Amino acid sequence: MKVLAAMSGGVDSAVAAARVVDAGHEVVGVHMALSRNRNQFREGSRGCCSIEDAGDARRAADVLGIPYYVWDLSEKFEETVVADFLSEYAAGRTPNPCVRCNEHIKFEALLDKATALGFDAVATGHYAQVLTSTRADGTELRELHRSPNTAKDQSYVLAVMGPDRLQRAMFPLGAFETKDEVRAEAAARGLSVSAKPDSYDICFVADGDTQGFLRERLGAKTGDIVDSDGTVLGEHEGAYTYTVGQRKGLRLGRPAADGKPRYVLDIQPVSNTVVVGPAEMLSVDRVVGDQSVWLADDVLEAHGVGTPDAPGAGASSAEPSAWIDAEVQVRAHGEPVPARVRSVPDASGPTGGMEVELVGATLRGVAAGQSLVAYLGTRVLGQSTVVSSSRSRPAEPAGVGAAEPARSA
Amino acid sequence: MSSAAIEAYAQQMALVGNPSSLHSAGRAARRAVEEAREQVAGSLGARPSEVVFTGGGTEADNLAVKGLFWARRVSHPERRRILVSAVEHHAVLDPAFWMAEHAGAEIVLLAVDSRGVLDVDALRAELAAHADEIALVSVMWANNEVGAVQPIDAVVAAARPYGVPVHSDAVQAVGHVPVDFAASGLDALTLTGHKLGGPVGAGALLVRRSLEVTPVLHGGGQERGIRSGTLDTAGIRSFAVAVAESVAARETTAPRLASLRDRLLRGVAERVPSATLRGPDPAVEPELRLPGNAHLTFAGCEGDSLLYLLDSAGVQSSTGSACQAGVPQPSHVLLALGIDEDDARGALRFSFGATSTESDVDLVLEVLPDAVARATTAGLTSVGTRRPRSDREVSS
Repeated sequence: MKVLAAMSGGVDSAVAAARVVDAGHEVVGVHMALSRNRNQFREGSRGCCSIEDAGDARRAADVLGIPYYVWDLSEKFEETVVADFLSEYAAGRTPNPCVRCNEHIKFEALLDKATALGFDAVATGHYAQVLTSTRADGTELRELHRSPNTAKDQSYVLAVMGPDRLQRAMFPLGAFETKDEVRAEAAARGLSVSAKPDSYDICFVADGDTQGFLRERLGAKTGDIVDSDGTVLGEHEGAYTYTVGQRKGLRLGRPAADGKPRYVLDIQPVSNTVVVGPAEMLSVDRVVGDQSVWLADDVLEAHGVGTPDAPGAGASSAEPSAWIDAEVQVRAHGEPVPARVRSVPDASGPTGGMEVELVGATLRGVAAGQSLVAYLGTRVLGQSTVVSSSRSRPAEPAGVGAAEPARSA
Repeated sequence: MSSAAIEAYAQQMALVGNPSSLHSAGRAARRAVEEAREQVAGSLGARPSEVVFTGGGTEADNLAVKGLFWARRVSHPERRRILVSAVEHHAVLDPAFWMAEHAGAEIVLLAVDSRGVLDVDALRAELAAHADEIALVSVMWANNEVGAVQPIDAVVAAARPYGVPVHSDAVQAVGHVPVDFAASGLDALTLTGHKLGGPVGAGALLVRRSLEVTPVLHGGGQERGIRSGTLDTAGIRSFAVAVAESVAARETTAPRLASLRDRLLRGVAERVPSATLRGPDPAVEPELRLPGNAHLTFAGCEGDSLLYLLDSAGVQSSTGSACQAGVPQPSHVLLALGIDEDDARGALRFSFGATSTESDVDLVLEVLPDAVARATTAGLTSVGTRRPRSDREVSS
């Protein structure tokens, strides 16, 4: 196969590329230039995509003996990932740019370009596994699974790619247990990046100051901080600087009447208001997501969705599916929580929505805009973007009666 | 590198002697340098004393722009303007802009027409309006991207009456079109070895003795104090051999390259309808284009797609875009020709040289149509963005 190895300059993608070469495929290494901002070309490589990173990727390609190119996807990146980041915050939601990058850039723009240029697949250094099985009709079913390395598992940010893209994605690091093993393999292969620190932070915020970045792009806008009754407690300089579930940085001056710490419950961008309250009001056990992507059409079919003769056709249907017992995760490295999940028709788009009811558990601080991923064991069932969350019953057994109204953002 | 240039280099490398030393070994090395100097001068219609050896074309361009500007400012501080064509190589543009930021210069970009040829009337108007404020003019002899040969005679004739010195970056021109320093009337001229089958890292600035040039490199005072640094005897010898060879062969080489290039262009016109020739059309004005240069843009394609597809098929061409900090930018040359950014992204330059053959042309014509078809598809897949989420109703 002709495989495009996306090489960031980090150790993971270098080892991933090496493994694809070892597997006997025809490999070409490509580094994506994603930043148009000269400030992003940082001298010390702290994260991703500086000139040094491009150089590291080139050296890794040299060692592996594969051709190497740099492709400029910065315009598309700005239009999709960065624009989404800003518009989500401005709308009072919490984006996950890494999910959007996988959705629009790595497994869309890059993958589509690679396919047009004759490649069969794109390989990345993500920690996830693709396992194949055979359907009843004999066709191949590709499943996305967690990496056995639970600390590094990135299936959560990959779920958004959907089954069609999964057909042409390769994750050579899938079976690695630990990062140390990856580094050891890099060192053994003579890849100088074996000791390079992992990237962190958001790749397009050069100095790591996300708040500063948002302030610069969105401008300061003073508004009220209120409690759930609407009582004004204080002032803020931009609703976008807050995230549901946040406790720090509220700067309210006086403590709550009951002395308990307060958390951001809701962000209301139209009125530029931030709603705060005690921890128990953060807990939710119902979540609704939209723009769903389902990676297990076989499971959905078994639960009454889709046409049996069109596997992988997606989950659009006029009726909700039956409930599926699963686990859900709402943060990249959050604990999965038992739940039941079903697909629901959604007026906003063809992919439909996802309804989640937690079973015997609650989640705290689920913000609209977050990515919600449902799992069956280690297998990714589907992904959607949180629209709203609510509590169907009081979090504390004593004294708080009726159900809370659904809270949307 | 040509075999003669390699041989000269290898031979000289084995010999000991700093050309600036006064003992026998030094004098022997000095002799090699001076013979090289005479060889370069003789090939280019210059006097040996006008040849300043440098570490290549970029260094020579820096020396010309900065050195001539700084020297002029000493006697004429009001002369702050540097006139450069809009299609100069970065080795001329960047020092000029740097001088604007750090040395009080004012840059005037001289426009070119849609073929990339200098608008001499605009230059004349600028000179007429601001002659007393101009420190120097720099216009390349021929453009490296679209091959346009510039009207150097007219430029010199325009500037001379005002006493404004003229420098020309002739890196692409030497060995391809006739270049005679004395006959040109230029005050300074840049050339480099690696465009002539010589080594990288060796070049020269030809500069009239009468001109004051402030050095960029200070040190041991070599090259009459203009360019300090131990003379690279082997590089210089090899460079001189390459210059002499390519100039001597030009009358045979140039028509041969032109014929290969023209066949390529005819073939592309037949097979790839989306291709547009950029720069002067050699079928119409052959004297205005470098014989070995072909430059095309392909509508709807991106250069990096084409580059990859051709490279993997054994055709090594250039997208011509300057790699600024790792991210390819559309070429300033193409933008100066009035080509829009999208078209400028799908650009390919094919350069022919001493080792080019008919089968090279055959290979390009064979692989290019399919590469363009694929690259067009790839270009289209990058179009279109999702509707941003915040477009949807936001509940308060």
